[in-house]
Amino acid sequence: MTLIETRDICKIYRTGSVELNALMNVSASIEEGEFVAVMGPSGSGKSTFMHILGCLDTPSSGQYFLEGNDVGSLDRDQRAHIRNKEIGFVFQGFNLLPRTSAIENVELPMLYNGLPSRDRRGRAAEALKNVGLSGREDAHPGQLSGGQQQRVAIARALVNNATIILADEPTGNLDTKTSAEVMELFTRLNTESNITIILVTHEQDIAAYSRRIIRFLDGHIISDEQTGGS
Amino acid sequence: MIDIPTAIRISFRALNRNKMRSALTMLGIIIGVGAVIAMLSIGMGASKRIAEQISSIGSNLIMILPGATTSAGVRMGSGTQTTLTIADAEAIQNECPAVSDVAPIHNGVAQVVFGSQNWSTGVTGTTPGMLAIRDWPLEAGRPFTQQDVRNAAKVCLLGRTVADNLFGEANPVGQVVRIEKVPFSVIGLLSVKGQSPQGQDQDDSIYVPITTAQKKLFGTTFPGMVRRIMAKARSMEDMETAERQITELLRQRHHIGSKQENDFTIRNLTSIMQTAEQSTQVMTLLLAAIASVSLLVGGIGIMNIMLVSVTERTREIGIRMAIGAKTWDIRLQFIIEALTLSLIGGIAGIVAGITSSQLISMIAGWTTIISPYSILLAFGFSGLVGIFFGFYPAYKASLLNPIEALRYE
Repeated sequence: MTLIETRDICKIYRTGSVELNALMNVSASIEEGEFVAVMGPSGSGKSTFMHILGCLDTPSSGQYFLEGNDVGSLDRDQRAHIRNKEIGFVFQGFNLLPRTSAIENVELPMLYNGLPSRDRRGRAAEALKNVGLSGREDAHPGQLSGGQQQRVAIARALVNNATIILADEPTGNLDTKTSAEVMELFTRLNTESNITIILVTHEQDIAAYSRRIIRFLDGHIISDEQTGGS
Repeated sequence: MIDIPTAIRISFRALNRNKMRSALTMLGIIIGVGAVIAMLSIGMGASKRIAEQISSIGSNLIMILPGATTSAGVRMGSGTQTTLTIADAEAIQNECPAVSDVAPIHNGVAQVVFGSQNWSTGVTGTTPGMLAIRDWPLEAGRPFTQQDVRNAAKVCLLGRTVADNLFGEANPVGQVVRIEKVPFSVIGLLSVKGQSPQGQDQDDSIYVPITTAQKKLFGTTFPGMVRRIMAKARSMEDMETAERQITELLRQRHHIGSKQENDFTIRNLTSIMQTAEQSTQVMTLLLAAIASVSLLVGGIGIMNIMLVSVTERTREIGIRMAIGAKTWDIRLQFIIEALTLSLIGGIAGIVAGITSSQLISMIAGWTTIISPYSILLAFGFSGLVGIFFGFYPAYKASLLNPIEALRYE
């Protein structure tokens, strides 16, 4: 089943009279359960593409279908609803709330979908267990290693049963060993739970975990190839 | 949407992180609410004192004075003409339906003697209607009657101050005192009335039947003359009707032509007092308005701190938006935070206001009244201040672009 489909997406940024074409006529489709790496040098448009896929931004023109629904033209709150329900974000800088315990960070997405508070704790604890962080529920981000923080972020992305995880340079702040652990976690989530994973990276060995690599240059897709994965 | 208890918990945690800053911001509200409550309590205390004075002179009171005389072109002032009589008072009682009680008054100052004690005091000759007009009950004994008035009986009612000076602790009822050497039996003791609005001791007086005062104590220029007449209207609304009816009746009785001026003056004592009460109320409102300016300044302090807080937490807002917080989730979080600041400040301000109003009443000796109404008003107002001044920062936060907010360092 086609999960994501973009048709001729353009994104133009205007600063005064200067126009910057960040994306030009980008069409791509991603099936449910895929593990895709998006690569390209900085300024190639890969981050803009990810923001549009993640409903954080809207295309200037073109259409974006998520599970068959046109979501490119939704308003702010409707997009927030989709981000809450369908999409989990994992960032390079983890983006956890400081001075807030791991379990409360994981509970955060559930604050915004009306889940009663008594159900939140249990689900958050389960999500933390799923990423191998049982026992660290009350630790604050400052007390956790980078790899652990990123796993808290992954637990937060999963806690609302997201179908897609969008990871923007998730290993950019991690050492090689921890990077490998995080990537193995993604692989496991992809194969065991059939979660679609789209990850932005510029490291070849990280992209090697995926089974498909889309390369961007100057706002265009220049290659889209299936790889073996690892 | 985010549930309120969670939003409150988040706001408490955020405020707790910057304890000093939160406390200083609240101080603005504490001072504002405290000042409003203290000012209202002082103003209401003053109003109450005036209201008490109004009821001490008697309610719905009308005073009729003889008019001014003109002697060789020199006008002598009101009360110099001697035109009012007991018959006028009786006519008012019988023919003015808006008037419930009438008491003519003929008074003077006299020396009173009992045993070895003596005392100089005001002696008022009047009719039994007087006590009803002044709302003045007896503490002991009986009032004098129409019978006593007809017979010019030598009976008297003592005010508390007179009784204390002549009798000390002893019961004066049944005793005989000499007023200007005329023996009077004391038939009743008046209850304590306190000060008049002019500051006179109303208990320093003796009441006797008017006929007795005219014939045996002070004399009259012509038979039946009285110095003034007091009347009581049936109700507040009847005051004007009563004044009109009395004016018409007296003009007719005194044969005053349509072009001539009245030979008497009518004064509405209650309305004078009510003017005083109204001006106190205006004063109270003015004080409260000045005090609420500080509440306003406190509100601006909240807005200021909330704007700082929104900027500091741009990244947090970005994270919350990315994981699904909607416009109102963000707004609610910051409005509730502002509301928490202002309501906690409001509660502390109520305590501060009550304490300071009690201190003022203790130190300055003023009457202060703290009404639940003024507490509710101040509390509600501080809540409104929180919502009003919290809205703009919350609105600003909710309009942030999530992508830019996430990049904010």
